[in-house]
Amino acid sequence: MLRAIYDWVDERLDITPIWRDVADHEVPEHVNPAHHFSAFIYCFGGLTFFVVLIQILSGMFLAMYYVPDIINANESVKYLQDEVAMGAIVRGMHHWGASVAIVMLFLHTMRVFFTGSYKNPRELNWVVGVLIFFVMLGLGLTGYLLPWDNKAYFATKVTIEIVNSVPFIGEYIGLLLQGGDIVGAQTIARFFAIHVFFLPAALLGLLGAHFIIIRRQGISGPL
Amino acid sequence: MSKKVSRRQFLTYTLGGTAGFFASTMLFPMVRFAIDPVLKEGGGVGFVEAGLSEKDVTDTPQLIHYDVEAVDGWYEFIEKRTAYVFKNDKGKIVALSPTCKHLGCTVNYNGNPKFKNEFFCPCHFGRYFKDGTNVPGTPPLKPLDEYETKIENGRLLIGPVVKA
Repeated sequence: MLRAIYDWVDERLDITPIWRDVADHEVPEHVNPAHHFSAFIYCFGGLTFFVVLIQILSGMFLAMYYVPDIINANESVKYLQDEVAMGAIVRGMHHWGASVAIVMLFLHTMRVFFTGSYKNPRELNWVVGVLIFFVMLGLGLTGYLLPWDNKAYFATKVTIEIVNSVPFIGEYIGLLLQGGDIVGAQTIARFFAIHVFFLPAALLGLLGAHFIIIRRQGISGPL
Repeated sequence: MSKKVSRRQFLTYTLGGTAGFFASTMLFPMVRFAIDPVLKEGGGVGFVEAGLSEKDVTDTPQLIHYDVEAVDGWYEFIEKRTAYVFKNDKGKIVALSPTCKHLGCTVNYNGNPKFKNEFFCPCHFGRYFKDGTNVPGTPPLKPLDEYETKIENGRLLIGPVVKA
């Protein structure tokens, strides 16, 4: 049945070469855990991507109930966590996934560093990776404010104090982040926009670049 | 039943099945979370004071305003409701919702002088007899919603909509 549908579409649109191009590539022996178990360290990048997918999915679902506003934010989070079926699990996925993503990203960075994979000709992909790292930290930072509880509020206060301490332009960046005179209504609105629109868009673009480059250059050779 | 399963097919099925299982454990909580409004029991309202004593209810429908404590997700508020209250031929107290069953406009009793003792909807000229039954040939296809009523200490209480 599925086969027949696939063949019907393929016959007309010739889709096989498209996914073949993406999926068909050799996995060298030195990065295949089936050959050398220690090669599992090469999985961290893929695992990071997997966790990012979970973050995007669970975030989309959370946005069905969440309201980014000083009156409703905390109430809506409490409601989706305690009253909606599986709420604790879906929010838990997003909450813990955020930490796991950073950990995986860090492990992936360590692997690339200690295997020297960032060296010529792969410097550019290291740079893209570092940009991804910053975007992920930005996602963690902006997402932290959204539940609008004491922890969220004071963490953001501290963040903005740190930003303000940057020489010369700090005050301006801080004001830009805060959006108003206090950490309040305008801050949560812009943090929400940054968290669900700007940074994810940037992340997807950078991930695309990261993957295109790795496919073009291939995985670095064995140690 | 002697159809052979090739090694490749076997691997495809087992790998696909395992991947599907993992994907569903991930997706199930999220989908269940999203469809919760459909599966959740509606928070029904109880009986509330209508601001009227039993002896004030007459044969003529009179419009009453009353407050219901409503909950919308995490948002709790006082909902202003209205109802037409009267005693029907058998002496039973009836409370009708003034929301037209056609497209939800508000009907008025004797709203049109041409149609005596009827509820009239100004939007599309929908009409209902005094007992709430829709007049055949006018837009509404169902009678007006009726609220449950009860009398406590001589006071009228209004409850949820009577289920047909």
